[in-house]
Amino acid sequence: MRTITNSTGDKVSDDIILEIRDLHIEGRTSETWQRIVNGVDVTLRRGEVLGLIGESGAGKTTVGLAAMGYTRDGCRISKGTIRFHDMDLVNASEKQRRALLGVRIAYVAQSAAAAFNPAHKLIDQHSETGIQHGVFSREEARADAMELYERLRMPDPQSIGLRYPHQVSGGQLQRAMTAMALACRPELVIFDEPTTALDVTTQIEVLAAIKSAVEQFQTAAIYISHDLALVAQMADRIMVFRNGDLIEEGQTRELLTHPKERYTQDLLAVRTFHKADTTTETTDVPLLEVRHLTAAYGKSPVLFNVSFSVPQGRTVALVGESGSGKSTTARVISGLLSPSEGQVLYQGVPLLPTFGQRSKTQLRRIQMIYQTPDTSLNPKQRIRKTIGRPLAFYLGMNGAVRDSRVRELLSLVELEPTQYIDRLPGELSGGERQRVCIARALAAEPELIVCDEVTSALDQLVAEEILKLLDRLQREFNLSYIFITHDIGTVRAIADDVVVMSQGKVVEMGPKTEMFTPPHHEYTDLLLSSVPEMDPDWLDNLLADRAD
Amino acid sequence: MKAPFTSQLGLVVVIVYAFVALTAPVLAPFGETEIVGDQYEPWGGEFLLGTDNIGRDMLTRLIYGARNTVGIAFVITSLAFIIGGFLGMLAATLGGWIDQILSRIVDVLMAIPGLVFVLLVLSFFGTAIPVLIIVIAIFESTRVFRLTRAVAMNVEVMDYVEISKLRGESIWWIVWSEILPNITAPLIAEFGVRFTYTFLFITALSFLGLGIQPPIADWGGMVRENAVLITFSDYTPLLPAAAIALLTVSVNFVIDWVLQKASGLKE
Repeated sequence: MRTITNSTGDKVSDDIILEIRDLHIEGRTSETWQRIVNGVDVTLRRGEVLGLIGESGAGKTTVGLAAMGYTRDGCRISKGTIRFHDMDLVNASEKQRRALLGVRIAYVAQSAAAAFNPAHKLIDQHSETGIQHGVFSREEARADAMELYERLRMPDPQSIGLRYPHQVSGGQLQRAMTAMALACRPELVIFDEPTTALDVTTQIEVLAAIKSAVEQFQTAAIYISHDLALVAQMADRIMVFRNGDLIEEGQTRELLTHPKERYTQDLLAVRTFHKADTTTETTDVPLLEVRHLTAAYGKSPVLFNVSFSVPQGRTVALVGESGSGKSTTARVISGLLSPSEGQVLYQGVPLLPTFGQRSKTQLRRIQMIYQTPDTSLNPKQRIRKTIGRPLAFYLGMNGAVRDSRVRELLSLVELEPTQYIDRLPGELSGGERQRVCIARALAAEPELIVCDEVTSALDQLVAEEILKLLDRLQREFNLSYIFITHDIGTVRAIADDVVVMSQGKVVEMGPKTEMFTPPHHEYTDLLLSSVPEMDPDWLDNLLADRAD
Repeated sequence: MKAPFTSQLGLVVVIVYAFVALTAPVLAPFGETEIVGDQYEPWGGEFLLGTDNIGRDMLTRLIYGARNTVGIAFVITSLAFIIGGFLGMLAATLGGWIDQILSRIVDVLMAIPGLVFVLLVLSFFGTAIPVLIIVIAIFESTRVFRLTRAVAMNVEVMDYVEISKLRGESIWWIVWSEILPNITAPLIAEFGVRFTYTFLFITALSFLGLGIQPPIADWGGMVRENAVLITFSDYTPLLPAAAIALLTVSVNFVIDWVLQKASGLKE
């Protein structure tokens, strides 16, 4: 049996455990092979944490999976070598690889909810791999699982393993998966965006758990994320990827302070956009006023006495974590959900509870932009029709007039009209699709746009461009926005007023400048302090602070 | 993606059938119901495939059979799709009690075995071709309803449908512009499957004597009329059966390909 505890030595020793040389990976697109990773070298030493960062499609996950000698369906390693100790993973047989995976190399996936089998208890899934490979007996495994749960600071470590995956929270499940990966004390763990699906406050707990576990066991790790600030907390060394190419590699502190490449500098500069502070004269009657809203889905209440108002020409950000009721508030405003109590007033006039009862003009004035542009555009409609429809429907535009207006709107959202007008949504990138959604909302000539997490499905650099665009449009057309987001960075960038929500209630509200200067409400404080910063010591300092 | 060999073959066969069906009066050497010779004349000579039980030319009957059987099956399937598809999309989009009522009616209809249901109704209303078409179309439309409702519900929950609703669009526009274009692929595939079922169904009915009535040429009826020849090891009655089999297999080859394209499955 292998020894359970690893020798404690220097944090980074000289023995190389993983060596990838000149790795090329290709993916199959209908008939041809397309390059996904072009010649990447990775060296990982015992106990070292390597961060892989890049936008979606950069190839970071593909490289991470390749470290296990694995490629996704439809992909192949076309060139290069992958060595784990002295074992060649590219040419290893399925049997050799299986002996390795789960025992000496483990993987932690992005969505713990999807990775656990809902029909088995956590502790059974935890022990399964090790028992199968003969690393430990069932009793040893259980004892060890409880110890690991305790180390990862899970509540009630003695009995939490007896629960089923749906009986624990998302953050706990992610920690349970980390514990499961560590069960056989692997030499290498691959973390693939382990906190992306979590709320900021939960994210901190998981990050702290992962970090301490990796340090305690001297495990080498590959930490994959799109968020440089997160990777900075975890990694000793960072590799920046873009379009399958390695852009830059360096020690974390070195890379953060002296980035060499332009792209890395851009990534570091992300979230620096701030809209100019506006001091618009607030009129007596706000554009939209939400009064004492209480609402429920069936019998489960989700909103309790929510009130706030949106002045003309300003951006109100609704901030909160998942389940805080911010999206539900938007659904009530747009008339998709009837409130059980309270009302929504538009320029002082109450709006009827469901959208079917509202007049065409009322509908036109409030437009929505959704989180995922992939599902909010009809895949079978060309851009011309998507943007043209509100023009025809609300404003009665037809033929050449409508066409030229569609072109105007496309230029407004910075898309070249002749190039884009006849495309289908499938032929656009995520950011371009979101621009089309914005153009469609603008086509209705609205006064208020409700933006529901409009940037959270986009890569950071793209998201920033969208925020700048929205800000410009606001100034140009004197628009008002309700900006629903869980991301404090977005709030900092674009909001004038902030409404903080938690568990269906408004906890705090006020102008942005006031909200970001102490004293805060307790929850606001927790939310604000949980936003990762580029400083590699941020997590350690924060945890030390909170421990006091 | 290039169509596989089987699908290309199937497509050619389907096109040939369609061509024969459309140009039947030109292609056929004799009239559809014309008695031109003796009973059961052998193959060759004036009558390429011999004559049937009352001396009509077999080849002529086969050609006209393509027109009648295939044509009626096509009309029935189209009608079934118009009824079932429309109501299915309506049920998915409107939901609520309209969906409940429509779905329960369909449940009841589907609970009755198909052949029993159709035989019963046909014996009430007689076997005129319009009655036949309407009865089978209603029967088949229940299956189409189920499928359309299921796929339309997947589309109905998409954000772009919600945006359309919030814009104030009418139900007709949502069904026609937002939902229908996104469910055409599975519907086309289902059309092919339904077509072969319908086709087999009416030939079966004709064989039983309740479908297309003589003297109109129909493959199912032709098998029955000439069945006695089998006892003399004459394979002529198998010709209409072979025509049925060939078309069914060919249509399925084509559908396989359409389904594969629609679902994005790997080869």
